[in-house]
Amino acid sequence: MMVETVNVTTAEKATAVPTVRKKRKWTADHWLAAVFLAPSVILIFLFVYGFIGWTGYVSVSNWNSLVPDWSFAGLKNYQYLFQDFRFQADLRNTLVFTVLFIAVVIVLGQLLAILLDQKLRGESLFRNIFFFPMALSFVVTGVVWQWLFNPSTGVNLFLKPLGLDSKWYTDTTILGGFQWGKIEFGVPLAMIAVVVAAVWQMTGFAVAMYLAGLRAIPDEVREAARMDGATEFQLYWKIVLPLLRPITASVIIIMAHISLKIFDLVYAMTGPGANFVTDVPGVYMFETTFRGNYYANGAAIAIVMLLSVAMFIVPYLVSSRKGGS
Amino acid sequence: MAKPLWARPFLYMLALAMSAFFLLPVYVMIVTSLKPLDEVTLADMWKLPSTVDWSSYATAFEKLAPNFWNSILLVVPATLLSALLGALNGYVLSKWKFKGADTLFTLILFGMFIPYQSILIPLIQFLREIGLYNTIPGLVFVHVVYGIPITTLMFRNFYAAIPDEMIESAKIDGAGFVRIFRDIMLPLSITGFVVVAIWQFTNIWNEFLFAVTITTSDKQPIMVALQNLSGSQIVQWNVQMAGALLAALPTLLVYIFLGKYFVRGLLAGSVKG
Repeated sequence: MMVETVNVTTAEKATAVPTVRKKRKWTADHWLAAVFLAPSVILIFLFVYGFIGWTGYVSVSNWNSLVPDWSFAGLKNYQYLFQDFRFQADLRNTLVFTVLFIAVVIVLGQLLAILLDQKLRGESLFRNIFFFPMALSFVVTGVVWQWLFNPSTGVNLFLKPLGLDSKWYTDTTILGGFQWGKIEFGVPLAMIAVVVAAVWQMTGFAVAMYLAGLRAIPDEVREAARMDGATEFQLYWKIVLPLLRPITASVIIIMAHISLKIFDLVYAMTGPGANFVTDVPGVYMFETTFRGNYYANGAAIAIVMLLSVAMFIVPYLVSSRKGGS
Repeated sequence: MAKPLWARPFLYMLALAMSAFFLLPVYVMIVTSLKPLDEVTLADMWKLPSTVDWSSYATAFEKLAPNFWNSILLVVPATLLSALLGALNGYVLSKWKFKGADTLFTLILFGMFIPYQSILIPLIQFLREIGLYNTIPGLVFVHVVYGIPITTLMFRNFYAAIPDEMIESAKIDGAGFVRIFRDIMLPLSITGFVVVAIWQFTNIWNEFLFAVTITTSDKQPIMVALQNLSGSQIVQWNVQMAGALLAALPTLLVYIFLGKYFVRGLLAGSVKG
């Protein structure tokens, strides 16, 4: 559909005299369409782009108390942030969380989708079981997993016999830690509990996408591979999984933007944690701005969050436009 | 096809093991919520209750009922308004395309990926200014505005599947912008409305960041109240679990009864879908 439109416009351009742009006739209906779209466009430009600009301005102001102070502070708030122990810990945690979360969601998502593709009995029941956490809120997930990872109980009753006793989200251990700036860099053990909860919540999304992808692969492809003597394992490893790569790209983008701005799950489940082992920028921004009234610092955190998300999203949006919605 | 004999049983074992992982929190939630407080000890966490005790539901309901009501007052108008707005935008952006429409659409789409922290400070100032801070209508407004990108995307994709020839022939018959929408697009978009409404209902019901920053105490929606339940000194886990179940019930019911549309919305929300 979009490709067609593009062709028409290129054709028009080719025939039109370059300097005098050919104007399409705007009927009353075109004006009506514009009138109906206008409110949304205005709202988006004001509430998304305008407000981002406004936040950007707050982030370079001196407004770090209850009373707004619009005087210009330069990059002071950003400098403070990147030297701040808590924010450095946040950056480490976000990186660890994002990498672990996306990796597990992709592996588990592919595994479960392939499993559901095997024409099992009760397939729809299994599918519903894997998908239902998607209907829940991150707050509910956080509250329930907080109880499950309660120190000295919950999953520990299973793990203790295996010698994997841990205080989980109250643990300050950092696996593979080495000093980097002010913080210890590595995987905070407490973060693993948060990753498990997030994986539980979001894997269904990946399963749904991979399953849609699997169903789109024609049976002939599989039959041909089987004819050539491929085992089921080879069939999936060498043929099906490579065909699913575009879906993996989408899953990565979607999961990355969720994990970079995660707030409610962490806030409900663990909070910042001792030594900020489970703190994330979303929680820090909330506490700084609305509990501490450091608005300029909070705005700076928000802008850093926005930039990290935009890094993934802008290329994605541009490329999906080129590819035709 | 010569599959090894062990393959099928292995697949079922795997499916059952994974189901156990996904159902584990539900088991603990239900079991804990039905216990009297003195049985909610750490050591007995996995055990069934000795007697079924509904009192934690009564306590949770008493505490959460006003907030549950707030959420309903929020989610119903917000869902309806944003679906309607999305339908109109999707119609214009798929059937009345103008120069730059696709660029504009991409600019609108970006709004669905931004971390809302990046607009929160001005938003609160703005809502204070117009007197909608700490009100349910204020939250409705916020969800309608920030729902524009996703609902527009969903309807645009939905309407793109309706052949342009239908629109062209209606135009030749003298139908205009409004009549084409009312007589052709709307009747064809029942499914679209169901999908978008379910998506918005679930997201708005489950939303936390706007709710916790824009409302206080008696105006708070259910998710904020649920979070606050654990704020007290002694966490009554049985009440907490009962509360979590109550808060999750509406979206779970939607999922159970309209799961097909729910998953469709999920896939439609992933841009390339």
